[in-house]
Amino acid sequence: MSSKWPMWEVFVRARRGVDHVHFGSVHASDSETALQSARDLFTRRQEGVSIWVVRSSDVVASDPAKEAELFDPAVGKDYRFPTHYELPAEVDYM
Amino acid sequence: MVNTADASMLLRHVLRHGDRALVLAQRLGQCVTHSPEIEQDVALANISLDLIGQARHLYTYAGVLEGLQHDEDHFAYWRDGDEFLNPLLVEQPNGDFAYTMVRQFFHDSYAIAYWDSMRASTDSTLAALAVRAHKETSFHLRHSRSWVVRLGDGTTESHHRTQEAVDELWSLTGELASNDDESELRRAGFIGENELGERWTATVAPALNEATLQVPTNVAMAVGGWEGRHSEHLAPLLAELQSVARAHQAWAKW
Repeated sequence: MSSKWPMWEVFVRARRGVDHVHFGSVHASDSETALQSARDLFTRRQEGVSIWVVRSSDVVASDPAKEAELFDPAVGKDYRFPTHYELPAEVDYM
Repeated sequence: MVNTADASMLLRHVLRHGDRALVLAQRLGQCVTHSPEIEQDVALANISLDLIGQARHLYTYAGVLEGLQHDEDHFAYWRDGDEFLNPLLVEQPNGDFAYTMVRQFFHDSYAIAYWDSMRASTDSTLAALAVRAHKETSFHLRHSRSWVVRLGDGTTESHHRTQEAVDELWSLTGELASNDDESELRRAGFIGENELGERWTATVAPALNEATLQVPTNVAMAVGGWEGRHSEHLAPLLAELQSVARAHQAWAKW
């Protein structure tokens, strides 16, 4: 039976974490109950200390069919990495 | 040191609140697989588990106060209905979702004030439990309050059902803050000053207003639960709760 309520994506940040990580989704009628449901469903075992909920319809995702044109061009361009460069001895402390 | 009159009064107080928690937990357990959405099944089960945790601590402490080597299982499974001292509100059957949420909201609005005042108890066991129980109850209250507001200020049907629930349960709310027989405990600092009724009203009235619900007037309040005089609903609840322990007394362990 599908819910009449919209779906929300849930992101949780761990106590020692810096980022909110995607944990799953809930159905809820509004943002406040989405937060409460997310807390009940995803933080029972001390998984985190901060929750974000975003309406699933607000999440804009890159198109998997366009993966090649979006991400392949970055391959093989080593000059974009700092490790590609050799520093002269005089500034090697950098 | 606690004198014997205070000790038995404190034991009765601890059992009143252990029973309040356990009976309500049992009712919430019965909601699982009956909620409108799976998220609510989980929410009510979580609240039930928090209440069971509070009941366990309180019953264990009751065993200590009583001094007869009784453990928590004794108080939960081996007392009969007239020994249970929970208020009448928590033994009511679940009804529809609006009824369950209104009952929960009325309960949580009392429990938050109770645990808040108990954080200052001179009894260190109860004060320590109160710190955790207050946090748990804050979340329970946030949950039940948000449902009462959404159901009251919702569709025509949800508003009608929620108003009916308020009208039906109102007569059971006066009992909550009315333990007039605990003045000795108040004097000794075990429990706080009795302003829980005012705090309950201060929590409930704005929420009902926000929910566009009418507050019933001229309602006679039922009493008796705290003294062990119960409605017809408690006996079947206890029969089910206690059935496994009593059927397999010799070997049931958990």
